[in-house]
Order: sequence, then structure tokens, then C-alpha cells
Amino acid sequence: MAIEVKNIVKKFGSFAALDNVDLKVADGELLALLGPSGSGKTTLLRIIAGLDWPDSGEVAIDGENALTRGASERQVGFVFQHYALFRHMTVFENVAFGLRVQPRAIRKDEATIRARVKELLDLVQLDWLSNRYPSQLSGGQRQRIALARALAIEPRILLLDEPFGALDAKVRKELRQWLRSLHNEIHVTSIFVTHDQEEALEVANRVVVMDKGKIEQIGTPGEVYDNPATAFVHGFIGESIVLPVDVSGDAVRLDGRPLNIAAHGAASGAAKLFVRRHDMAIGPAGSGALDGAIRHVRSFGPIQRAEVALSGREGSTVIEIDAPRDRELQAGEIVSLQPRRYRIFATQD
Amino acid sequence: MSMQTGLATSTTQLRTYAPSTDVSVAAPAPRLEIARGRSTAARQNPRTEPGPIRFVIIALAVTFLSVFVVLPLVVVFASAFSKGVGAYFAALAEPEALAAIKLTLLVAAVSVTLNLVFGVVAAWAISKFEFTGKTFLITLIDLPFSVSPVISGLVFVLLFGAQGYFGPWLQAHNIHILFAVPGIALATIFVTFPFVARALIPLMQEQGTQEEEAAISLGASGLQTFFRVTLPNIKWGLLYGVLLCNARAMGEFGAVSVVSGHIRGETNTMPLLVEILYNEYQFVASFAIASLLAMLALITLVVKTVLERRLDETEVPDGD
Repeated sequence: MAIEVKNIVKKFGSFAALDNVDLKVADGELLALLGPSGSGKTTLLRIIAGLDWPDSGEVAIDGENALTRGASERQVGFVFQHYALFRHMTVFENVAFGLRVQPRAIRKDEATIRARVKELLDLVQLDWLSNRYPSQLSGGQRQRIALARALAIEPRILLLDEPFGALDAKVRKELRQWLRSLHNEIHVTSIFVTHDQEEALEVANRVVVMDKGKIEQIGTPGEVYDNPATAFVHGFIGESIVLPVDVSGDAVRLDGRPLNIAAHGAASGAAKLFVRRHDMAIGPAGSGALDGAIRHVRSFGPIQRAEVALSGREGSTVIEIDAPRDRELQAGEIVSLQPRRYRIFATQD
Repeated sequence: MSMQTGLATSTTQLRTYAPSTDVSVAAPAPRLEIARGRSTAARQNPRTEPGPIRFVIIALAVTFLSVFVVLPLVVVFASAFSKGVGAYFAALAEPEALAAIKLTLLVAAVSVTLNLVFGVVAAWAISKFEFTGKTFLITLIDLPFSVSPVISGLVFVLLFGAQGYFGPWLQAHNIHILFAVPGIALATIFVTFPFVARALIPLMQEQGTQEEEAAISLGASGLQTFFRVTLPNIKWGLLYGVLLCNARAMGEFGAVSVVSGHIRGETNTMPLLVEILYNEYQFVASFAIASLLAMLALITLVVKTVLERRLDETEVPDGD
């Protein structure tokens, strides 16, 4: 089902958790809400689920106003960060819960419920755990049971709050792929919240980057990585080298020295130059825009990572760059760096 | 009592933040290591006192307990049976004794039931919602513990007595509160109010609202959420609070003494009757009733231990 969120404002005291947020999610999408803690992503998810209410704005699920309905009537599957499994019920009863609390008129008979639960436990590949209690499960198993429980009510949309947040790295990686393939299988519109960019880029069809209660950018993983819309997105997603520069007209200066790059329409005044680590070309001294001394080189896999001290008026700035291993760099070597791809964003103060 | 409850729950709370029990992942090997680590630590524990000192400390504790707890208990039963089993049961079969037992059971039933409801509601409000004045409410719940029971009784005399605020109106409408069962029940309710709430608040705060939210998002109504999710999660804590509440309700003396009026066969509860009989030199009868209260205490103690164990089990962390 499609979801549409319009002009949502939510304040906790004087703190604006969500500041005029608009978002459209298409049917069948797998969307990531990505942002640092306090960016409002979980609040947005809870508002869509009906667990929180906005101060103003609209939420529509499949074209109908969701705000007139409570959480129990929205038929939204919600997977909690810490799973919130019912600790006094077996795995089987946890998954069956949503079916057992249905109004008598539409409640299925016991045999149908049992068959459905079995089907769901098969789907998450944990049929053999049905008589265990949540405290007897590992984190990854709990996560999958929580998902099966949410799916039991045949949700119109599926919302997941930091679904992999409490798991260790290896389980996380497995579950990510598993969630992707599960989504391909059942195709329910899904939104998950994460603060982990790798997770968002790897799992989602589209990524919504949030900061301080606002949406900074919406795009495919490729778009937000290659064409960050704002300084925040550039800094938050992927590793970036950030240098303070001055823009006047089309000229860009670092520490008063002109850099041989174009401003690409950035407004005159103080600005920040963003370059990905691997987008710095390394040449012999004097050949490029930035000269510096290599302080340290670490080589691993296909790349070598070098710490370069750029000398400036106020002491040196140390940046880290990634270079291919076709030319071995030496500590102490003086090199010149030239940004191949870069973005310049005016400094907002 | 309430302090104990609080302490017990806060230690289990601490335990909740220990690393999750990843049963299926945790290999047995590291466990063995831990066990071995512990035993060496015990051997080298710098706080382990030499044998004689340990003996003296333990002996002191045992002596103290025997003199102040076990001895009185033995005396109660010895005095009750001093004239034989026949006299003991004859004393309990006295109409006055039977009336006192009946009244005590009635008052306990009423006050425990009402405090069960009040306690759950208060604990629910405090642990699941944010509102101004919450800390004040928590303090207020503790008030009956910090006030002398005699004062608690006097409050009701001041309110409902002949010279009290509502006294004249009550007299005009021929409603008897003071020196009657309602007064005794009110005083008992006041004195025992904190037990259930106190047992539940830390437990419910620790459990948070996530399971309730999960139930609601799965389509459960408010009542379904309470009976299927909240209540099962708090049942051992609730029983624990009810047990202590009941023990106090049956044993309460001070507050009840002030409002009872000591009408023989009508407004005397068991503790009051014990005093009256004792003052009249009817020692066997007095101690026979007292022995019932002592037995209540012993049963309470056993059940309490069982419940505490169950509470510990239910509070074993289930994740995060």
C-alpha cells in the first residue's frame, strides 16, 4: 500500500522532533529512513504506525486518512528495536497473538490459526523453535520471530525500527540479505529506520536521509551517495574529506591560495569543499591544487590509505586519502592532490 | 517491608542490563572458564575472614535471631497449648473469638480487593504515563508507611467522628462508619495501600511499554492488552504485593484500635481481641488467637519466599 505523509510537525516540549516533513512511499517499496540519533526518524515511523500522534499534518495509507484510526485499527506490522516479544508466551503463541485478538466475527478457527502460524514460522525458518520462550532465543532468532509476529496480521505496511541495531556484526549482515530476499518474496510496502548508512544503502530501494527533524534528501542509494544534495548528506554518507574554502565568483581559495577547481555555482563567501577519499588524484609535487607531505601509509586489500599533512597558514591539516596500489606511496614523500570529483556547499551559520 | 521490596527489585533491574543470554550461540566452553575463574577468586578473596572470626559472627547472628524471633514464637505456641489441646480449641470456639476471626477475614478481604485495584491503577499510571506531579504521587503512595498507624486511625475519627467534619451529617442519615465495620475497613485500607503499588511500580517501570505497544499494533484492544500481556507479566509481583498487604491487613492493630470502639463480638479484630483477653488474664485464649496470627505470619513467609523466587525467574532478561 502507498503511504503519504504531509506537513508533519511533532514537538516534544520545545524540541522539534519532526519539522514539516513530507514523504511519499510507493506501493511495494523497501524504504530506509537514515539519520543520526535525534533526527526524528523513529518518531516518523511511530506516527505512521499510530503509536505517536503528530501535532499537525496528515498521514494517509492507501489514500485514506490514517489519523482517524488508532494503532490497533491500522493493520500495520511493527517490528520493535528490542523486539518486544511477549516474554510469558511461547514463540508459537507470540506469532499467533495477532490472530487470537481479532474480533470474534472475523477470527479464524484454531486449525486455521495453527496452520497460519506454522506457515509464518516456516517463512522465517524457525519452525523448530515454536515451543521455546523468547528468553531462550538468540538475538537474531528473536528478530525473525518479531517479524513473523508482525506479518501474521497480514499487514498493509511493515515498519521496522532499527531492525538490526541490537545484533552483532555477522548476524546483522546475514539478516540484511535475508530481509531483502523476504521483501522480494512478499512485496509488502516496508519502511525501516537505521542509523547505519551501509545498512540503508545495501538493503533499501530508496533512502530518506534525515537530520534534525527534516528530510535532507530522498533518493536511490546511488543518488544519495554520488550526488549528495546537502553538506550534511555528503558528510553523513560515505567518508568525506572536508576543507574550509572561500568562494568568489567561480574561483575557489583554500587558505588564500587559489585552487584549480571551479565553484560550480556555489554562492560567494565561506564554503566547504567535500571530496570522497578515493576521488583525490595524487601527482608529483606542484602538479595539483593541494601540496602536502605523506605522514603515514597503510596498505590493505586493493587500496593504500595515506595520511597527508596539508600545510596552511594556521598549521597543517591532516587528511586521509585512498589511492590504488599501482604506485606505492612512501612516508615523507611530498605529493600534490587534485580533486577529481567534489562538491562545494556554502557554509550555513 | 517496602524497602525490602524496592531493594529486591532494583537488584534484578541491574541484572537486566547484563549481556543478553544468547543461549543458542553461547558455547559451553566460556561458561566453564567463568566457573573456574569464580572458584579461584573465592579462594583468593581478600575479604574472606579467618575461621574463628567467621564463627563468632555467625554465632552472634544466630543467637540474636533465636532470642528475638524464634523464642517469642515458641512462647506464643507454648502458652497457647499450656492447658492442653482441648483448652486451645475451646478458646478458639468461643463466640467472641469466632466473631473476631470472621471480622478480620472480612476486613482483609475488602481491603485487599480494593487495594489490589487501586494498586494496579496507581502503578499503571506511574509506570506507563508521563505527567506532571508524578514524583509527588509516588511520595503520596508511601505516606501510610511513614505515618504512625495511630495517626492514620485518628484521621478517620477526625473525619467521621461525632465531632468530625462529616459526623453530624452521618448521624443525621443514620450511617455508621466509626466504631463499625466500614471504619475498620477504611483504616485498614489506608494503612495497607502502599503494598500492591510498591510491589508493582518498579516491576512495571522496568518492563516498559513496548510489549503493550506491540500488542496494540497487532490489533489488540485495551482490555485484551491488559489481560493478555500486562497482567501475565506482573502476576508474581502482584501476588507478592497482595500477600504482604493481606498479612498487614490481618495484623493491623494501631489504626484499627483507634476506630474500632472495642465492641465485644462486633468490632474486635483478632489483634484487638488478643490484647483484650490478655488484659483480662485469659492467657490461653489470648495466645490461642495470637497463635493463629503467628501461623499466618509463617505461611506468609513461606509463600513470600516462593513468590520471590518466581519473581526472579520472570525477570530474567528476555533480550536487548
